[in-house]
Amino acid sequence: MKNILTIMKKELRRFFGDRRMLATLILPGLLIYVVYSLMGGALTDAVGGGGEDMEYRVLLHGSSDMISSVTLNSGVNVTYYRCPDCTEEHDRDTAATGISEGSYHAYMVIPEGFDEAVMTYDPAGGLPAPEVKIYYNSSDADSSAAYSTLLALLNALESSMANRFDVNVSPDVAFDVATEEDLTGMLFSMLMPLLLIMLMFSSCMAMTAESIAGEKERGTIATLLITPIKRSELALGKIAALSVMSLLGGLCSFVGVLLALPQLMGGEAMDAVDASVYSMGDYAMILLVILSTILVFVSLIATLSALASSVKEASTLISPLMLVVTVIGVSGMFGSPDKSLGLFLIPVYNSVQCISGVFSMSYEPAQIILTVAANLVTAGVFVAVLTRLFNSERVMFKK
Amino acid sequence: METILIASGLRKTFTLSKKQQQLEKTNQKVKVAVDGLSFTANKGEIFGLLGPNGAGKTTTLRMLATLIRPDEGDATLDGISVVKDPDAVRSRVGFLTGELKLEDFFTPNYLFDFFSSLHGVEPAVAAGRKVELFGKFGIDHFAEVKVGNLSTGMKQKVSLVISVVHDPDVIIFDEPTNGLDVLTAKVVTDFLLELRERGKTVILSTHIFSLVEKLCDRVGIIIDGRMVACDTLPAVCGGMSLEDRFFELYKDCKGEEA
Repeated sequence: MKNILTIMKKELRRFFGDRRMLATLILPGLLIYVVYSLMGGALTDAVGGGGEDMEYRVLLHGSSDMISSVTLNSGVNVTYYRCPDCTEEHDRDTAATGISEGSYHAYMVIPEGFDEAVMTYDPAGGLPAPEVKIYYNSSDADSSAAYSTLLALLNALESSMANRFDVNVSPDVAFDVATEEDLTGMLFSMLMPLLLIMLMFSSCMAMTAESIAGEKERGTIATLLITPIKRSELALGKIAALSVMSLLGGLCSFVGVLLALPQLMGGEAMDAVDASVYSMGDYAMILLVILSTILVFVSLIATLSALASSVKEASTLISPLMLVVTVIGVSGMFGSPDKSLGLFLIPVYNSVQCISGVFSMSYEPAQIILTVAANLVTAGVFVAVLTRLFNSERVMFKK
Repeated sequence: METILIASGLRKTFTLSKKQQQLEKTNQKVKVAVDGLSFTANKGEIFGLLGPNGAGKTTTLRMLATLIRPDEGDATLDGISVVKDPDAVRSRVGFLTGELKLEDFFTPNYLFDFFSSLHGVEPAVAAGRKVELFGKFGIDHFAEVKVGNLSTGMKQKVSLVISVVHDPDVIIFDEPTNGLDVLTAKVVTDFLLELRERGKTVILSTHIFSLVEKLCDRVGIIIDGRMVACDTLPAVCGGMSLEDRFFELYKDCKGEEA
């Protein structure tokens, strides 16, 4: 145990004494904040939904032959239907629930006697024009797309009617039923897993390759190997120190991404995306998952680095892995349709799903527990392999 | 004389790659580096392994220092086997070779403490030893200079000091004076003699005849991984100079003039 600490202290001293290495740790988090602030607003346009064949279901209150026929003639795939028992107009909350449950994509309210009112309306009269209200949820891609489709349709109609009616103009009604949680959850759960996993991996990669393959390359590891410490102590000491440093790097990146994502949304949406919607418990879960993932990364990269005879060779060995990790990270962007617990036994994939789950506020503690346990076991296996490699003269002294 | 080190039938082979086979003009996949080497070393003597490049000197020393495992045979140090209990052997030997480097980033001062700790030396004992050894080799003025910024000679001295932080009974030196200027080389050879005075056993490898003549009590001559002669210096030489005797042995062994 004492030897593990001695090795660990040496590694940490090596690292923290070196400004350049320290910079590689903190920079990614900082950079991502700066870059995203500059990019600002780029994402809002990119978040699309729907599709060619998407059928938009719109719950309708009130009726208008005009709107029905325009919809029919335009060829857009919108189906109106009514809720059978509703006589009263739904309030905003009911509409919101319906949309988030997926019963319908939008809720459209047409005032009574709309067609007649439009015909008789005098734009010069100074009275407010009849108004069509459409409730939608901007954090739901399909709902958002349904809204755009309806809006385009009605705007075209409105122009052809010389602006005799309006759509969504009431200043005191929030037609977008998305809550702060919805928006934040969507954005964070989509981008966080990918960004976090990639930033964690790259911060582990640089340091671990340097610490293991670098020591081999410079011949300094042999000096350690002729001391009476156990190979397992060397492996554990190095992995512990590297994990501490990578965790620090991971946290820097995490904070960077947390602050950067709202910047990326830009404009009005920036205020709607707020990391404070998550509780301390959520963050504690994320921290646990990050820590266990870092252990997997460090021990895996350390094992590969031990097989390489130089830092350069180690980077070559590790880069295909980076690709795999990126692909797994991307899988988090779409969420997983299958949430069966068995999937949470797959290292790294489970981390991505957990991070995504926590940020979209739809995780179960069992998933986190399984993830952390699976990652710890995986890291343990790699530590054992690393110890064996340290013991193998063919691996340690090959030229 | 008390025997402290017994090497018996040490054998080590390395697999050759296709390219190496072409270079060495051979079809054999395996190169025998050390072939059934046996010898003993006594307490309080300097034992020299003399041989040309590629004879297997370094490989032998690496097996004794437990960096690599012999394919066959064993060596015991104070009765402890290098094959069965390498960890215990490591705490009793000091090994110095050019391939063991120190990290450029750290200072001699820090490295001394670091390796003392890994060897389990009490901090108070380590501190005393540090003052003594740093003083002897003139490292004290450079104690806080990063190893990367030290001169080659000073680096070598620091490596030497680090290899004996745990005051081992057996010190194994591979080509101890290689690449050193005459002044530094003298400091090193004086230190080896001093270690002998203190009852330590020194095993060194070299291809320099004068070094053997100057330092060694007993010598083993290795050619092609085999021990062709092993005895006290006068007994091996048999009245000839070591150099003449070596070439005679080499001729007998290889059947040709060197």
